Amino acid sequence: MEENSQGKRVDRRVFLHTGVQLAFVAGLGGLTVLVARRAGGEGYVWQLDPAKCTQCGRCATSCVKTPSAVKCVHVYAMCGYCDLCGGYFVPDTKILDTAAEHQLCPTKAIKRTFIEDPFFQYTIDEDLCIGCGKCVKGCHAFGNGSLQLQVRQNLCDNCNECAVARNCPSGAYTRVPADKPYLLNEPGTGNGPPQKTEV
Amino acid sequence: MILLILFSWQLTSAFAIQRFPKPEFESGYITPETLLPTPRANVLEVMDVAIFLIAMLLVTWAVLNRRSRKLVFWISIFSLAYFGFYREGCVCSIGAIQNVTLALFSGSYAIPWTVLVFFMAPLLFTLAFGRTFCAGVCPFGALQDLIAWFPRKIGPKLNAILGIIPYIYLALAVLYSATETDFIICRYDPFVGIFRINATFSMFLFGGGLLLSGIFIARPYCRFLCPYSVLLNWISRFSRYHLTITPSVCVQCRLCEDACPYEAIEKPVTVKNPKSRRTIVRTFMLIMLLIPFFVLLGGWTGSRLHETLAMVNGKVRMANELVNPETINGEPESIEMTAFKASGKPVSTLYEEASGILHQFYIGGWIVGGFIGLIIGGFLASRLVTRYRTDFEPNRGTCLSCARCTDYCPIKS
Repeated sequence: MEENSQGKRVDRRVFLHTGVQLAFVAGLGGLTVLVARRAGGEGYVWQLDPAKCTQCGRCATSCVKTPSAVKCVHVYAMCGYCDLCGGYFVPDTKILDTAAEHQLCPTKAIKRTFIEDPFFQYTIDEDLCIGCGKCVKGCHAFGNGSLQLQVRQNLCDNCNECAVARNCPSGAYTRVPADKPYLLNEPGTGNGPPQKTEV
Repeated sequence: MILLILFSWQLTSAFAIQRFPKPEFESGYITPETLLPTPRANVLEVMDVAIFLIAMLLVTWAVLNRRSRKLVFWISIFSLAYFGFYREGCVCSIGAIQNVTLALFSGSYAIPWTVLVFFMAPLLFTLAFGRTFCAGVCPFGALQDLIAWFPRKIGPKLNAILGIIPYIYLALAVLYSATETDFIICRYDPFVGIFRINATFSMFLFGGGLLLSGIFIARPYCRFLCPYSVLLNWISRFSRYHLTITPSVCVQCRLCEDACPYEAIEKPVTVKNPKSRRTIVRTFMLIMLLIPFFVLLGGWTGSRLHETLAMVNGKVRMANELVNPETINGEPESIEMTAFKASGKPVSTLYEEASGILHQFYIGGWIVGGFIGLIIGGFLASRLVTRYRTDFEPNRGTCLSCARCTDYCPIKS
């Protein structure tokens, strides 16, 4: 049996080999079709929803980049241009000046410029901003909430798994379509504030 | 408690109230635009895919047609520079496993085309030509290949045992991405920190340790960790045109015997040791019993562990913290808990979600455990079978097609 089946055994091996190859082609093709039905063209980027953000400070520490790709973004259209800015000054400040000890920002990344009495413009220096969200918290607690944390898409590496998203306690991070890469809370953008349900 | 509710009310309502209306300026001040820089252009992503495919074609040509280690080396240097240091190792084919899984199981996630190509192209290339992707396109492989200076052999048995780890890693990665919990391949990626030249201490320690051990044990990540290698390994066993050590006939000169730093060259086994029909039947029966036993054992173990496995999931962890508050007694409330309370989401919804996820993990635990059991059973069964071959041949599963051995072969045409 051994001798006369020698040729046949090789044939069987080749046959099996081809069969498995075809099975792999079919399997991979099927998987591609299954997945491709849901494939989207443009791809995604990571972004955080300021309405869910609790300003816990992890954006500054969790990002794989140093400093973080998350920055404070100022929506000027929402700003009240207050003299006493809750995002700029530490609480209970009496003297409203630009002295370092009165500033909330740990890196002094907010620039305060006089516009006209009694209004001041606050500008974020994104090279200095570390995305800690201290000013955002202050602005939301005492002001209009015009300071908001956002992933700066020109800085973001767009990791396959965002390390900040993983550590975000409030689940504010989602993948958003790359053609709409920001989720700012602006008047008239449709990203309206969450409606209060019950107290 | 009332204070807390009031406080959280204030937090959420902060968005609703425009406390200070925007002033009407008299000095002609114009409100500056809020700048919103755009992400990396989609055209560049398409370019990445094109370069990826060209690199695959080139390295396959270098391995199979030119049979030149030098060419493969230079292509791998390019891949390391481009996909590693320039693109910072993201997105890669290894991590794309998770995106594909997520696309299969999640209703909302649509996988980008580029990622799908990154996942599929190496598999198809491997089915045709063997693991040429590992040889010169994967930046992880290229990095480790560069520093495999003093490769030591660790023996076929240890190789096979350590080779089980990628299966476990793959199974867990699929489980965690299917349940939308985590991308563990990315999370425990050892080398991406080196590509970014920026890493947390633990990542630096893990990656650095792997690289150091890679000086003596060639490509430790590829052989004993990489979850993508499982797919490539299986597909490569049935590849159509795989790299051969000799271009024509093997003259049994044994020059290539120690050429492979990855211990992927199989020595000839010609001495037939004919077994009686009874032994063969007995071995066969043993294998047939062994494998289902291990599958069941693995599945049972996996299902027992499902609660532990599920603790990686944030929602399950949160629900657990709410159910068992005494476990964290004395410690300050976690940031997660504060955020959860502030969100105003009802606890019952969270419990429902968490129990749904737990159920997924229970089923997943059976599947993952059964799969690992199958692999261990298969590994033991493979010990019982002898394969005969006449020539020195690369092991089609573990051969990385790096083309080192071709330089050792005295037959040149």
